[in-house]
Amino acid sequence: MKEVNVIEAVRQAMYEEMDRDQDVFILGEDIGVRGGVFLATDGFLEAFGAHRVIDTPISESAIAGVALGAAMQGMRPIVEIEFADFIWPVFNQILGEAARIRYGTNGKLHAPLVLRAPYGGGIRGGLYHSQSPEAYFAHTPGLKVVAPSTPFDAKGLLKSAIRDNDPVVFLEHKKTYRLVKGNIPKEEYTIPIGKADVKIEGGDVTVVTYGLMLHHCVEAARILKDNNIDVEVIDLRTLRPIDHETLIKSVTKTGKALIVHEDTLALGIGAEISAILSENVFEYLDAPIKRLAGPEVPAMPFSPTLENEFMINSEDIINALKELAEY
Amino acid sequence: MAMVFRHCIIQLMPKQKIGKVGREKPNSSDRLLEIYSTMARSRLLDERVWQLNRQGRAALVASSQGHEALQVASVYALQKGKDLFYTYYRDLAVMVALGVTPREIMLGYMAKSGEPMSGARQFPTQGAMPNLGLVNLSNVVATQLPQAVGAALACVQKGSDAVVAVYFGDGASSTGDCHEAMNFASVHKLPVIFICENNGYAISVPLEKQMAVKNVSVRGDSYNMPGFTIDGTNVVEVFKTVSDAANRARIGEGPTLIEGMVERNLPHTGDDDDRRYRSEDEIVKAKEKNPVRILRELLKKDNILTNEVDLEINKAAKISIDDATEYGESASYPDPDEFYDHVYSQV
Repeated sequence: MKEVNVIEAVRQAMYEEMDRDQDVFILGEDIGVRGGVFLATDGFLEAFGAHRVIDTPISESAIAGVALGAAMQGMRPIVEIEFADFIWPVFNQILGEAARIRYGTNGKLHAPLVLRAPYGGGIRGGLYHSQSPEAYFAHTPGLKVVAPSTPFDAKGLLKSAIRDNDPVVFLEHKKTYRLVKGNIPKEEYTIPIGKADVKIEGGDVTVVTYGLMLHHCVEAARILKDNNIDVEVIDLRTLRPIDHETLIKSVTKTGKALIVHEDTLALGIGAEISAILSENVFEYLDAPIKRLAGPEVPAMPFSPTLENEFMINSEDIINALKELAEY
Repeated sequence: MAMVFRHCIIQLMPKQKIGKVGREKPNSSDRLLEIYSTMARSRLLDERVWQLNRQGRAALVASSQGHEALQVASVYALQKGKDLFYTYYRDLAVMVALGVTPREIMLGYMAKSGEPMSGARQFPTQGAMPNLGLVNLSNVVATQLPQAVGAALACVQKGSDAVVAVYFGDGASSTGDCHEAMNFASVHKLPVIFICENNGYAISVPLEKQMAVKNVSVRGDSYNMPGFTIDGTNVVEVFKTVSDAANRARIGEGPTLIEGMVERNLPHTGDDDDRRYRSEDEIVKAKEKNPVRILRELLKKDNILTNEVDLEINKAAKISIDDATEYGESASYPDPDEFYDHVYSQV
């Protein structure tokens, strides 16, 4: 075992997969000589050459479209979108095209591509370097959407995403990149897409979350443990397909559910989780399902007081969990 | 980057292929007869489909009438079974030239089971037949351009000297994807031939309202890519221009923009009424620019095509189209049990 941060885990996953499979290549802005703005591809150009580590023009639609075209011809491209805030131009190529390649050719073609994007806020990124785009992608059948929160999961899931035969949108919370550290084994491993992880077991109340918020939820659960409130923490890890089984099993046991995400509330991932739970475990619920999510403003503001107003913290989660436990 | 790619290609390609010009001469009699025969078959099939649409027996049709010379001669200038063809919805004659059969095509227009491109999930002619190198995915114009560039990148990465022909209309040339694709292809000197089928209209919007330049091909300059405007009804000119572009692409000299000037002989689709935006005189003139008739007259004048052979070609085509119509109408619709197939990998 070795302790690494999230960005190092991401780097290792890509490096090992590029080493293992000649069809894997990476393209994006500043990923070559610069090694990526977050250094996810540091050293790749020297290791794999300019034909597999391709610095592109600032041209997101072409980056996605070119990756899709190469994927349909048997390659396994990894796209790095520099910041998720710059991802909107890929909608046409990813939601409109990549997601329906398999369906629209009746299985004749498929698109094994990974679209990586650093997302999320709390890093003074302002309106254009803080956004969470997951709900838009997670709404689209044909795509898979992964959002890990730890180095171990980031590495194992990214390897699975690169080996997957369908398009995967892989969202990396940029605040976790250097903040979150964890042990990863020396040996090769993968983590299956579509499986949530019970991070902490507990019997009183379930909290469902993903990304940076997982760490706030874990902190909240540890603090509440001292107050004799036993919280079960579920990290979704994959946002499409959602792991119904793990959610249903947990809330059947606890009878209470809080959903936490940084992305804005209305029509977000939490709405879907809430619907899955009310459809499946209604008879077991001892309290209304509760959501704690980003506020209804268009994006995260820059000034620290305003940014703090947007971000959910451990205290917000503790209060919400206490309310639920006492219901 | 470009240097690296070029280096790869030169290393990987067999020496004797470098600099080889044109597989066959465009003006050999046999080749011209074959191109004519394919164009004639495509035209008759297109006419039949249009007729079926008018009768309510085919739900949707976007005709390639008027574009046949550009479509067919460009396919003959390339290598079937090796090169790739990224088409759009007005490219029936490309499909015919690649060898898709009238039966297969008719199943698409009638949305019947066994349709080979998409299992009748998509509009007619759309989907893919990878065995023919044919990909026609979207109704959203120009999305195929970056994808074709990516396909070309894959060819280079895999060490193949295949080229990718990507077809699009003048309307698609206004999109961001068109610019992004051409820029990307040229920066990396990828083996792409951009074939713009310029019929002067984006549905009803005429060229002068689409662009402030006279021709799409002049944009080649801004990408440092050769750009040519040619008569898209002249098969010899099309064959030669596409062959030259393919030769350059195969030796790592990068993409070419070819703009074939054509006339749309019919409205945008069977659901369009071009009398709303074209004068009667203009519609008559557009119909006269019929590349099948132009080639037929040329070949007869040069004694390459006799009346007898022409009759035979048309008769055989009609028999196969009658058969395809009957076959399509008697085929069943897709089984709703297949509805959820191929959303994700089944593995």
